[in-house]
This record gives sequence, structure tokens and C-alpha cells, in this order.
Amino acid sequence: MRPKLKFLDQALIERIVSEALDLLATLGLEVQNGNAAALLGDHGAGVDIAKGRVTLPESLVLDAVKKAPSGFELFDVLGNRTHDLSGDNVHFTPGSSGISVLDSETGTMRTPVTGDFVRFTKLTSRLPHIDAASTAFICSDVPEQIQDSYRLFLCLLYGEKPVVTGAFTIESYRLMRDLQIAVRGSADALAMKPLTIFSVCPTAPLKWSDVTAQNLLDCAADSVPVEFISMPLTGFMGPVTLVGSLVQHTAETLSGVVLSQLANPGTPVLYGGSPAAFDMRYETTPMGAVETQMIDCAYSEIGKHLGMPTQAYIGLSDSKALDAQAGLETSMGATLAALAGINSISGPGMLDFESCISCEKLVVDHEICAMAKRMEQGIEPKDDFPARPHFEEMLEEGHLLISDHTRKHLRSEHYFPGPVIERANLSRWREEGSTTLDERARTEVSRHLSEYEPSRLNEDARRELTRLMTTEAARYGMDELPARDGD
Amino acid sequence: MSILETIASHLERGEHDEVRALTETALAESIDAATVLDEGLIAGMQVVGEQFRKHEIFLPDVLMAAKAMNAGLEILEPHLSAADIKSQGKIVIGTVKGDLHDIGKNLVGIMLAGAGFDVIDLGKDVPPERFVDAAAESDANVIGMSALLTTTMPSMKTVVDLVKSRGLDGSVRTVIGGAPVTEEYANEIGADGYSFDAANAVECVKRLVEG
Repeated sequence: MRPKLKFLDQALIERIVSEALDLLATLGLEVQNGNAAALLGDHGAGVDIAKGRVTLPESLVLDAVKKAPSGFELFDVLGNRTHDLSGDNVHFTPGSSGISVLDSETGTMRTPVTGDFVRFTKLTSRLPHIDAASTAFICSDVPEQIQDSYRLFLCLLYGEKPVVTGAFTIESYRLMRDLQIAVRGSADALAMKPLTIFSVCPTAPLKWSDVTAQNLLDCAADSVPVEFISMPLTGFMGPVTLVGSLVQHTAETLSGVVLSQLANPGTPVLYGGSPAAFDMRYETTPMGAVETQMIDCAYSEIGKHLGMPTQAYIGLSDSKALDAQAGLETSMGATLAALAGINSISGPGMLDFESCISCEKLVVDHEICAMAKRMEQGIEPKDDFPARPHFEEMLEEGHLLISDHTRKHLRSEHYFPGPVIERANLSRWREEGSTTLDERARTEVSRHLSEYEPSRLNEDARRELTRLMTTEAARYGMDELPARDGD
Repeated sequence: MSILETIASHLERGEHDEVRALTETALAESIDAATVLDEGLIAGMQVVGEQFRKHEIFLPDVLMAAKAMNAGLEILEPHLSAADIKSQGKIVIGTVKGDLHDIGKNLVGIMLAGAGFDVIDLGKDVPPERFVDAAAESDANVIGMSALLTTTMPSMKTVVDLVKSRGLDGSVRTVIGGAPVTEEYANEIGADGYSFDAANAVECVKRLVEG
């Protein structure tokens, strides 16, 4: 049996959805993008140009929900299937859109540059339980106008995994699509085998900005999967209660479903989000707050009830260092998310809300992800019945260390973490240098980077990626891309 | 791959039937028994030890490899000169007086037996005299003592002192282990060795027997 976490009963889910439908039909949305407003208007939405609001009749929303696929697949740069985002399948991806990195040497946060991104992408490529890469943070050594596309370029060049990403402007999307086409060979091939997921974020409350709405329409036109990132903030930009925030999240996310399915029926979407329990003391948006994590798991239940795969920013920490708080918030989030069956879990490697990325934290979180995945597999009998022969063998042999049953199931039944997790006895731990978690994580990062193997993406595609990126950088006054190690 | 390398690789995978059969084949091909031992069996066990230290393989794999090693050794023994056969030795083990914790001690016994030692397990709550008597009677090379409680650790010193007072310290070495036991404590009471876990105990006892 797969263990399953539930916060909402059926009646409450239905009530939340019904209240959200009422919001969409009566108060409606602010849609700042003309194409999106026109598309909605063409399909029966009420468009009040004077007020700048669009109302969505219930039938329009429910029809879109029916058209949204119940799952989709992702494929790596080589074309191999890596993700089945359906059912309760769980996949982890590093947190994204950070603006700083935690420097390994100094232990302080600083502005990231190209070398940091290459390092992080190489590390991500090495960790089997981190299923996708992400455009984890911006590089400050390239012009602002290409800071979004440049991250995707580096991900596609240094790693093979699919990428969770997003565009900061309408213009960037074109290059970010072309980079993917360079990998796949054609737009059709890309549509057949999605390589990325784009985050599209409605603005709380109930608003679609020009950029986000256009990104959403553009992705849909190319069948590029999107994840809706609705972000109610309890008591501030959303009701203070968890149920109230869920109503808002549902309305905002459903409006995204409508836009995507009108633009291209059947285009793949993730019912995602990044809500937060707003902290009224510090004026911050804690991702490690238990209420944040409860809202995440609960909206995933609503998404699944509506028949869509889900996503959340969970399994990350508000701490500013790789410390106990980082471990506990990340573990709690990853555990709850896995038990809730959230299909794409964005968070590992992240600190300081959603601001800072740490390589050392990523290797620690990688162990958390592996443990969460093990737990999500549940408890199943494996040649356990009848039980008596195992006990007869144990009594006869004195132990079961070399029994067939032990050797057959040892490695699949138990997850053995890497050296980041300390399990030696005290004497051995002392003999091996009395290392702290931080020291072990740094050693592990170094080992992974020294053992990194370049992506097997073909040379033509690599050249085309570099040509596209160099041309784009030149448009913004950068004639040569920043130097990169080993390239 | 030479037949000796093949023996080593089967040994690494814990395939005792293959190791036994190939050892016979090697002898039939007139390969010197000592060479089969060194370049086949021992070479394989060295790889296994290295893999275990690096966590590439686990306890069951080590024990299976040891079983394969013993299968090969059985075939070789009649063909080896006395000088070639370094007896792995005999060890008396037990949990010390007043201590009933024997999981660690049992694992040490399993690992030592797997490595080819003749293990005499006295069980738990073993009085000091019994360790020394058993070692003297069985002609053992080593006494291995385990304790989980700090309150029972002094019994280890009693055994070490008894070995000396009976004049056995030339032939019987002492090794201690257990959660509260440290290398410093072993030095302090004059024990010959200390191990922090069962795999480490095998290496330690080998050193003591060979040394």
C-alpha cells in the first residue's frame, strides 16, 4: 500500500472548488494581457474593459478542467523518458529563481556568477534522486535581459536532465524555445518530447500580468508544459485561514487552466503553487512554516481531485545556513510532499525562503529526497510469507547475514545513504576525522564535481546552443559570453 | 583473464562453487598452490576488503566472499607446505562479566569465523577466569572481549592482568571492543588491540596473530 497523506475530506474539497468557481464567475480576474483577455472573451468570458476585469462562467472553467491532461511525460536532452508526472509519482527538482548562493568557502551569501551556475548544474547532474535540473539562480555577470535564458542555456549544456525554468520577459520566451528546439531538432520533436516545465505565476489576488499571461499562451502554443504558481500569502494577499487561502489558490490556478486549455486544448500543465503562511512579525514568507506546507499538500489534493498532476515549492528552508533548521524544514516538507504524492517537488538546495542556493545543501537534501522516495514506496511483503522458514534458518545458522532472503532484498528494501549522513559508531567517526555535516557535504560536493562527466548531447546541438546564446547576448552588448571552466 | 584472475573475481562475487571448481582446475593445470592462494584467493579478498571499506559492498557480501575463500582453501590445503599455510588462528570471545549485551560480540564472531578463524564463543556474562582458562585449554592465540556498559569494562583489565600473571602474555594476545570502549582505554589497561566494529576486529586480530 502506498502511504497517503490527506488533509481535506471530499465535502471540503468540493466546497472550496465551488467557492473558487463563484469567485471566478462573479469577481473575476484582472487580466493585463490583451491576447489573453481576447481569448477568454472569444470563449464566453465576460470582459469588462472599463474595470479591466474578466469573469469566467463555471461551464468555461469546468470544460477547461476536463481538457487538461491527467499527466504527461518529460524527456532528457538525449530524448530518454525521465518523468511520468501522473498518479502519485514523485519527482524532485532543485528550488529555482534564487538570487544568491551560499559560498562554500566563506559560508556567506553572495551574488552568483556563471561559474556558480555551472558548478550547481554539474552537481545536479550527478544526483540520481534529484530528477530534474532547475534554473536555480541568476548569473549576475550577464546582461539583465538574458539572465533568464542564460540559465536554461547552461542547464542544457552541462546537464542531461529536463529543466524546470521560466521566463522573466515576453521576449525571452522566443530564445528559450529556440534553445530547446536546438536540443530536440524541431518544434514538433519538442512538442512530442517535452524538455522543460515553465513556471507561470498569477499575481495575488486573482491577477494575470502581461508577461506571465503571454508566457502561458506561448508555452501552450508550443505544447511546452507549464506549472501554475499561485502564491496567496495568508492574512496579507489571501485570507488568513488555510481554507481561505485554498479557495484563492484554487481560483487563481483554475484561471490558468482555462487560459492554457483555450490556447491549446490538452496542453500539459501542473497544478502547482508557492503559497506562504505570511509571518506577521518579520513580514516574510516562510516556506518552512508548517501551515505553508499544509496548504501545499491540501491544494495538491484539490488538483488531483480535479484530475491534474501537481507541483509545489516545498522541501526548502528559510534558514540562512546549512544548519538544523535547514534540515528540519526541508525534511518535513519533502516528507509531507512525498506522502501527498505531489508530482513535481521544487525545493532541494534552497535556503533563505526562495532566495539562496547552496551546493552543500543540495547534497544533504538529496539524501532527504532519497529517504522520502523510499518511504513513499511503502511497506510490501517480499518473500516474507510463510514466515517460519526464515526463522528456522536464523535459529539454525545463528544469523541471517548471508541468507538468500537477505541478499535478495537488502539493497532494494533499504536505502543506504551516502557519506553525508553519519552512521558510523563513535570510535569510527572519531577515527575518520570527527567530521561535521558541513564538512562532509563539502567533501561530497568536491567529489561529485571531480567525477562529473560532460553531457552526451551531440556536438551540433551544443554548437547551436552556444551560437543562439552568443547572438542573444550580443544584442544586449555582450560580445563574448563569460568564460566557463572545461568548455 | 587468467584463471587466477577469474578465481579472484568469482571470490569477489561470493560464488563459492565456482571458486572451488576453478581452484581444482588451476591445480590440475599445474599452477603452484601457493600462487593460487596469493594471486587468486588472497588477491580477491583484498579487493573485497577495499570495496567494503568504500561502502561499495556490505557485510553479507564480505561473508559470502569469505565463504568462497574457505571453499578454495579447502582444496589448496593438502598441496600447501606448512610454511605457506599461515593458520588464521584460534580466538576465544565473549561479553565480560556482568554484561548481557552480545549482539556486537556475535557479529565479531561471525566475521572472524567467516575470515577463517577458529572461534570459541563463551557467550555473555563471562567471568575473567573463564576467558583465560578457555584460552589456555584450547591453545588459543587471542582473547576477544566485548562490553556495552562502562560498569563492566574493568573486568577487561582483570582478564588482561590474569593473562600476564599466568605467564600467558607471550602466547595469548588480548583485544577489546564495544560501544564505551576506546583505544585509549585499551592502552591504559595494557590490552594488545582495540576494534571499533566487527570488520575492524578481523583486521585487528589478523595483525595480532601475524605479528
